[in-house]
Amino acid sequence: MDKREEILLISGVDPKKCMRCGKCSATCPSYDEMEYHPHQFVYMVETGNIEPLLESKSLYKCLSCFACIERCPRDVEPAKLVEAVRLCAIRQKGANHIKAEDVPELVDEDTPQQLLMSVFRKYSK
Amino acid sequence: MHRIGVFVCHCGTNIAATVDVKAVAEAALNETGVVFSADYQYMCSEAGQTLVQDTIKEHKLTGVVVCSCSPRMHEATFRKAAAKAGLNSYMVEIANIREQCSWIHKDMMSGTEKAVILMRAAVAKVKLNAPLTPGQTPVTKRALVIGGGIAGIQTALDIAEAGFDVDIVEKQPTIGGKMTQIDKTFPTLDCASCILTPKMVDCAQNEKIHIYSYSEVESVTGFVGNFTVKIKRKARYIDEKKCTGCGECIEKCPMKKVPNEFNLGLDNRKAIYIPFAQAVPKVATIDSNYCIKLKTGKCGLCSTVCGAGAIDYTQQDTIIEEKYGAIVAATGYNPINIEKFDEFAYSQSPDVITSLELERLMNAAGPSNGTLVRPSYLSNQHDPEAHPHTIVFVQCVGSRSTECRKGSKEYCSKICCMYTAKHAMLIREKYPDTDVYVFYIDVRTPGKLFDEFYRRAVEQYGVHYIKGMVGKVAPKADGKLNVQASDLISNEQLHIDADLVVLATAIEPDKSARSIGTMLTASMDTNDFFTEAHPKLRPVESPTAGVFLSGVAQGPKDIPETVTQASAAAAKVIGILVKDQLTGNPCVAHSDELMCNGCSACEKVCPYGAITYSDKEFRQPDRTVAIRRVASVNPAVCQGCGACTVACPSGAMDLKGFSNQQIMAEVDAICR
Amino acid sequence: MQVNGEFRPLIVAFCCNWCSYAGADLAGTNRLNYPADVKIIRVPCSCRVNPMFVLRAFQRGADGVILCGCHPGDCHYTSGNYFTRRRMTLLFSMLDYFGIEKERTRVEWVSAAEGAKFAKTMNEFVEAVTKLGENKRLEDLRCKK
Repeated sequence: MDKREEILLISGVDPKKCMRCGKCSATCPSYDEMEYHPHQFVYMVETGNIEPLLESKSLYKCLSCFACIERCPRDVEPAKLVEAVRLCAIRQKGANHIKAEDVPELVDEDTPQQLLMSVFRKYSK
Repeated sequence: MHRIGVFVCHCGTNIAATVDVKAVAEAALNETGVVFSADYQYMCSEAGQTLVQDTIKEHKLTGVVVCSCSPRMHEATFRKAAAKAGLNSYMVEIANIREQCSWIHKDMMSGTEKAVILMRAAVAKVKLNAPLTPGQTPVTKRALVIGGGIAGIQTALDIAEAGFDVDIVEKQPTIGGKMTQIDKTFPTLDCASCILTPKMVDCAQNEKIHIYSYSEVESVTGFVGNFTVKIKRKARYIDEKKCTGCGECIEKCPMKKVPNEFNLGLDNRKAIYIPFAQAVPKVATIDSNYCIKLKTGKCGLCSTVCGAGAIDYTQQDTIIEEKYGAIVAATGYNPINIEKFDEFAYSQSPDVITSLELERLMNAAGPSNGTLVRPSYLSNQHDPEAHPHTIVFVQCVGSRSTECRKGSKEYCSKICCMYTAKHAMLIREKYPDTDVYVFYIDVRTPGKLFDEFYRRAVEQYGVHYIKGMVGKVAPKADGKLNVQASDLISNEQLHIDADLVVLATAIEPDKSARSIGTMLTASMDTNDFFTEAHPKLRPVESPTAGVFLSGVAQGPKDIPETVTQASAAAAKVIGILVKDQLTGNPCVAHSDELMCNGCSACEKVCPYGAITYSDKEFRQPDRTVAIRRVASVNPAVCQGCGACTVACPSGAMDLKGFSNQQIMAEVDAICR
Repeated sequence: MQVNGEFRPLIVAFCCNWCSYAGADLAGTNRLNYPADVKIIRVPCSCRVNPMFVLRAFQRGADGVILCGCHPGDCHYTSGNYFTRRRMTLLFSMLDYFGIEKERTRVEWVSAAEGAKFAKTMNEFVEAVTKLGENKRLEDLRCKK
């Protein structure tokens, strides 16, 4: 199964429902932190352009606040896609594990606590 | 004893080139019941028709089969010819040996073979044909228009122009509808009242038009040409005939705190009121929910000042009954309720308004007398802060959205792109110091001079159109509104401090449409818009005969389109009213009462409500009388689709002209 | 039916008057070929087709039956083709159970503008039925001489 299908399967999201209104990005509280914004996320998954997403730190900037899911007029549910891409990244075993000592370098004042928690939960095995 | 004549047409070489017409004519003579057959160059020509007519008379034919082109082409021609020769026109059948035989096959052998089979099927069918006479029903020469907006007004004026009586039923105290609330119209920017109110006055002065304002349709029975409608005239506690509309009573009414629905609650009115100065009829109405006299029995100030003695606190709702030949549904629309879209803070801040509210704010007769002010400063309009400097328009609020839990609509409301461009343009023209932002998903401007209009807003008036959507509006402590939005082209998130946010709210059919649709047995779609009889070719007719559609009741549309449809509906109504008798299609369903078991299956599938059940007495074999519930079809309403014939479990229902026997005979003839 | 030692199927097509019959006419007007094995019966609406008619056709030796109606939502009588769709789904699965293969029965939506689709549908249908060969299952033995 290719990455795109895997992500669609995990998330249960149909990105074709997107009408490119950009309300997800308009509503996103972490917008400025992100390299790829929620609406781009949806588009990139739709076109199968997954690799840059897996590489991008935008993945971990999503707070899973679900504002985009709440406000999307077409019920596309972008946050579910983000989570699916995260899972996809985790499943690539070994490829992206980071060490605990690498973490402080990545932390800045604005980094949300949730991110630190999930990083330790997910990557310190 | 059948005496069938078979006529085979050459159609020049169109048929004769691939079908051996002589062989077909000969083969016809082998069929039982066929007493005559002939072939001819052009059967539809004068000479061909004469041949058919002469043969009918000479051979005393009981049925005619013409093997020629498609019945869609010349069935009517040959039916007329037969009728002229004294044969019932429904005793004619066409075997389609051109479009469905000679033109698609190249081989003479198989072509001829197929033509013979088609001829046999037609002969088998015509033997079971019965003479049919189209029913005649008289027409009541009066029309009813439900809804007194611009759609209803235009329809009524056009029908009256043709010389027919027409009644308008309007549930509000005045006709005029939404257009009275609108300030200017796109794309010409002329003022809505200036073009609408003369039409309203025309309605009032036209002796052919009768306006039932503050009234609702209570029930509808009957069918095309003969509707009986009960209209409820709600008590307005004013004698309409006596009231002069002077306004003295309104002046004196002490109950001042009633939200003014005409200004969408932006200001207040009295308990006795005339919605606006140009109202038609210009008659006051007492709002029984607020009137002190009606609620407590004390007050009565209005009746003391009324010089005409028009006020009657004892008035009751009355029901009147009227007969109509045709009905037009022009029930109109409303903006949807957007309180569930709390990301736009509509319920939290008075400065977040709908576009219709903005119309009132910009209207000279509105709560701010035409000065654009922030609604939070309506009571304090001279405050320097009252004037908005940054205005944000949000498009597609509730339109094109699948979030049904919020009450949003999947369709495009069609008018918002244009009226937003109009608003933005008017504001920039009148207040050049303002910054106007329009957030759009797509700008949809199909229409004459529409896109040019939108481009003018951008190029000449400097309105900032931003491709993107507003995600959140947050009221701030200083009274401003923080608008968080995306700009998809520059790929950034914007934060704008706005003074006023205008939401281009989706429109939906008026809530009364559903119950009116049920009364009229007119079908509706899932959004409660009336369905048209054919989406392309019969766009102003309901599938129910005698019911027509006008305006937004049928689907979102702007004023010119509404007026176009209104006049089209009027033309259709006139087409019915001008007739003394309506001739029906005789190929309708009929029920064999002896076989009907009263199950209602047919009634449920009938899209026209043509089937009714009634109790009837039947003589039993033992000479007793039993009462059974049986179906009967109203031939004036039935359109002859045949859905009921298949639904009927006891086989009581059959379709004239396409009976079970006839189709079965065709099947048998083909599979012989 | 055997013609010159070659099997030719007998196909009965029910076409609604407003869309499919007009579509068939258009196929003719455009001179689009399809086999002569197809014989069309005109009905006012596809919902006029009683399952009885389909059974009768198979009983009398038809090798395939096809129903054509307006596209969903375009029915001249608003909702007729929806009835057809339901009725025929049930009938066809019953026929399948009886041993009349699903390929011998079909419902197709053909509009008045789709002459090409009509011809294409008929070509495909005839081909499919020809492949299956003669229908022996539901023939009324009383009709056999």
